[in-house]
Amino acid sequence: MTTDRSTSSGPALLEVLDVSKSFGAVAAVQGVSFPLYAGEAHALVGENGAGKSTIVKMLAGVHRPDTGTLRADGENRTFHSPADAKAAGIAVIYQEPTLFPDLSVAENIAMGNAPLTRLRQIDRRSMRATAERLFARLGVRIDPDRPARGLSIADQQIVEIAKALSTKARVLIMDEPTAALSGVEVERLFSVVRSLRDEGAAIMFISHRFEEITALCQRVTIMRDGRHVATEKVEDLSVDDMIRRMVGRDLSALFPKQEVTAGDVVLTVEGLSREGVFRDISFEVRAGEIVALAGLVGSGRSEVMQAVFGVDPYDSGTVVFNGKRLKPRNPRAAMNAGLALVPEDRRQQGLVMDLSIARNVTLPRSGALARLGLLFGGTEKREAESWTRKLQTRFGRLSDAVGTLSGGNQQKVVLAKWLATGPKLLIVDEPTRGIDVGTKAEVHRLMSSLAADGMAVVMVSSELPEVLGMADRVLVLREGHLVAELSRAEATEESVMYAAMGQKVTA
Amino acid sequence: MSVAVTEIHKQDQKPGRSLGYVFRQREMGIVLALVALVAYTAINQSRFLSSQSIRDILLNTAILAVLASGMAVVVITRHIDLSVGSVLGLSAFAVATVMQHNQDLPMVAALALGLGIGAVAGVVNGALVHFGNVPALVVTLGTMYAYRGLTYSWAGGQQVTADEVPRHFLRFANSDLLGVPWLVIIALAVIAGVGVMMRNYRIGRELYAMGSSPQAAGLAGIKIARNTLVAFVISGALAGLGGVLYASRFGTVDAASGNGYELQVVAAVVVGGVAVFGGSGTIWGAGLGALLLTVIGSALAVLDINQFWQQAIVGALIVLAIGADRLVAVRIARSLRKRDSHV
Amino acid sequence: MSELRGRLASWDSAIIGVTVLVLIGASIGVENFGNSSNFTFLILDLLPIALIALPMTMIVITGEIDLSVASTLGLTSAIMGDLWNRGLTIETIMPLCVLAGALLGAVNGFLINRLGLPSLAVTIGTLALYRGLALVVLGDAAVADFPWTYTGWVTGTIGGAVPNVLIILVVLAVIAGVVLHATPFGRSLFAIGANDQAARFSGINVTRTKFWLYVVSGAVAGLAGVLWTLRYSSARADNGAGLELAVVAAVLLGGVSIFGGKGSLWGVLSGVLLLAALQNALRLQDVSGQALNIVTGVLLIASVLLPNIITGTRNALQKRRLRAAVPAQSS
Repeated sequence: MTTDRSTSSGPALLEVLDVSKSFGAVAAVQGVSFPLYAGEAHALVGENGAGKSTIVKMLAGVHRPDTGTLRADGENRTFHSPADAKAAGIAVIYQEPTLFPDLSVAENIAMGNAPLTRLRQIDRRSMRATAERLFARLGVRIDPDRPARGLSIADQQIVEIAKALSTKARVLIMDEPTAALSGVEVERLFSVVRSLRDEGAAIMFISHRFEEITALCQRVTIMRDGRHVATEKVEDLSVDDMIRRMVGRDLSALFPKQEVTAGDVVLTVEGLSREGVFRDISFEVRAGEIVALAGLVGSGRSEVMQAVFGVDPYDSGTVVFNGKRLKPRNPRAAMNAGLALVPEDRRQQGLVMDLSIARNVTLPRSGALARLGLLFGGTEKREAESWTRKLQTRFGRLSDAVGTLSGGNQQKVVLAKWLATGPKLLIVDEPTRGIDVGTKAEVHRLMSSLAADGMAVVMVSSELPEVLGMADRVLVLREGHLVAELSRAEATEESVMYAAMGQKVTA
Repeated sequence: MSVAVTEIHKQDQKPGRSLGYVFRQREMGIVLALVALVAYTAINQSRFLSSQSIRDILLNTAILAVLASGMAVVVITRHIDLSVGSVLGLSAFAVATVMQHNQDLPMVAALALGLGIGAVAGVVNGALVHFGNVPALVVTLGTMYAYRGLTYSWAGGQQVTADEVPRHFLRFANSDLLGVPWLVIIALAVIAGVGVMMRNYRIGRELYAMGSSPQAAGLAGIKIARNTLVAFVISGALAGLGGVLYASRFGTVDAASGNGYELQVVAAVVVGGVAVFGGSGTIWGAGLGALLLTVIGSALAVLDINQFWQQAIVGALIVLAIGADRLVAVRIARSLRKRDSHV
Repeated sequence: MSELRGRLASWDSAIIGVTVLVLIGASIGVENFGNSSNFTFLILDLLPIALIALPMTMIVITGEIDLSVASTLGLTSAIMGDLWNRGLTIETIMPLCVLAGALLGAVNGFLINRLGLPSLAVTIGTLALYRGLALVVLGDAAVADFPWTYTGWVTGTIGGAVPNVLIILVVLAVIAGVVLHATPFGRSLFAIGANDQAARFSGINVTRTKFWLYVVSGAVAGLAGVLWTLRYSSARADNGAGLELAVVAAVLLGGVSIFGGKGSLWGVLSGVLLLAALQNALRLQDVSGQALNIVTGVLLIASVLLPNIITGTRNALQKRRLRAAVPAQSS
């Protein structure tokens, strides 16, 4: 558990030098530089959308920098493909592990450099032995012959690490590996990573959890809006320092929450269960209040709200809205009753990227807008125009594909789409993920004023400051159970994290 | 803590084994169905097991099995090749025409010519799929038309008849090596060769990987372009080989030879347990699928059941096979979700 | 303005343009192409493909496919022959056949949407199954003695110029066009095809919508079966064999994306017309219709390949411009 290993100097294993990358008009990364040394674990932090994943993808050979260079072992390198990055000794472990579900664990590890017999056939015995040796070294027991399909996320990550070890990778990049892990699994992962670090590998570790960063890393690079802010020793920075530099301003100024007195109960959820996902969830939401659903990724927060809205099924329990029971698995009925859900994943769930802004805004309401069952361009356009103006959305033309907008403006289109239905309860899942700081504040102001006007708001969020800043009440989920209900006064960073992790934070 | 870890992984062991069992079950299911069908038919009509009847079944299976082996490779890679029937027709007509004009050409040259034509057709398919970024369904639907049209415009309504091609060419399909027809030997060799490639060689495993998860394959640095080409070339070349065998077996060839054959080939592959969405299934499963389809046809004839039922049964079998795959997948997913959850 | 330019650049308007050019060119250059009896033949030839293409367009726009349509046509034709042999009146038989088609479509819809099976595989299966059932119903026999009132009507014209069946086609095409392009239902089809998850999150019942599309597809194929039988005055189990691929080719050629979410009915109808006109003109020139397969195949691939190449080059150019511009800025 010690973190007092001194950072080794000497030549960097990998250097990022003045690298920039744009996607269309959006500059994801601009002029970022930092080195990775052997024997260090280096944290990369920043808000969502700060450009961390783009850095990872450039190091992995998925994207090529528009400008700037990557230097491995003192030599300039251009990675044309993931294979090039792999050959340079870089291994990447993504948030979502990238295994082949139909192949065996041993094959997954050996993919790309499988041992061969003299006839150039794959040497299954040696492949299996390698897997077993690697697992023994990592101190885990996974059957090398089982297919990768069905491994838990934690085990999949272990397999990914074994894969990295098998290629003799000396730079290990981990993109939020702990997001979906339980406390025990995180501990196991860390002990593996520490031993690799001590054997001379360079680790780049991306995480939102500061206690993990202080527990594991020696140095930290902070990014904001695609730019490099600082690279410092972890011990020289307090958590507050890091957050301040990530956000670029004081937290208190960010959340314009107005005080409101809650009205009548509008939503009552009782005993809601879905096998393997969440169990026995009960809570109420009143008009005019903002209720936050907190918890780790994978704790079942989004799934609960999706079940309430009817896009996901549930096995038992009831959802009552304004005194009427909502039909399960029927989002249309929920919509008609006055519910709206702004989903977590804007690209996959919130918007149809190829369709125009106007079509997206009016999609849930196209039935109501039709005259004699027919839609004419005019009505949709007018409706979309009025709502996008209300939310101050910036775009070229309403007929542009919504995919051409920036993240923040896309989020405004999703909000417009649902506010246009005139909801009495607005569910927002990660309302500010991946959008710029300015728009973030706008979204927060909007939520606050909607609540002030008597709308009930349920907010699912992974960002603690947002939860603490916006919510009148905080519900905390852990592993599918509702474990705490905290009032605005009771909710602190510690109390919420404690409830979410179910244990004292190890630091 | 280490105790906890051990505990977690002890649980992993059992489902792992049962999963493998489920996958193996697939080919066993076909074998059992075959055995049951053959036994039932033979009990009712003993001549079903006469050596002539068996020989006919095997000869009828051979060409289908050769094409199914190639199709299985493409389907495992999460593509499809609808052009195989047209490639067979093109190759059959080309080879028959060349043999007609060069009576002394040895059989080996005919085989090489067929393989070559098929391989070129496969290169075109693969290149359009990978470099043109056009879905295999569209590409091979298009080349299915194009290759067929090519044959038609070449043949122009002509046909090559059995008495115009050399004797040794016709004899090949109907002669034996140690009592086993050459056609069957070739089919077995193809199944074994492609099967070993898919099972034991890097390229084969990479094809499975590409079908199992295309994104992960890209990230793992697999040579997608080369492998896609290889898959389509194998399928094309084997369809070309099938064309030679077809011409040799039937002697009479016109531009319509093998029209609509692609559906039978897809049926054999799907019934043989190759998942339509890639990543799983085996070559010998596809071969078994081809055998099962042929046996059904012969059994209906022998049992004096209306021949017209055959196609309906094939259709029902395809739907059944897909349904069974889905059922197994859903059941596995459910049991895994239960096991992995902490709830 | 640039909206208009985008329109003009799109594949479906290109195909409309090509179709018009081919029609004009053939009328001038090919003897007899423009006369009215040839026009009737042209319409009769493209009728089944055009009819089936209407629901197929919607199905492909939702990102699915239905390869069983031609077999459905064959099976309803066989049923029609069988029922006629059993002595039912033609007025009873025709609606029964359309109903039978709808039922066959419902089977597809059930397998695909309730059981969640892939539509490509399912409809390859039912393609074989329905054709097989057609053979079981009618064997290799043909039923030919349908009443002249109907067979004559199908091949007849209004005033020698407008084929009677064109009325059916126009009415159904207008309905399909309005439904696809100007109703909430049509909007939902595009949304489903472009992103079915987002469609579900927007309150669209994806499985139910797709289910009904297959029912309609089956019913229209049934109607096409009836018309086919009457046109040739021959109910046979192999009627319309292979037609499914011609329909899919026309739909893709008409600019509908095989991945779903994009396309227009006008594009598809001109795709149908283009293929039929080419075939007709070549036949008048005594060129084998079968050789036209090459053109069909190449056009089909080009309809997806060309837009890919265009966007690919555009992106590459943009990237190069960006790369050229950035260093100047940062220095």
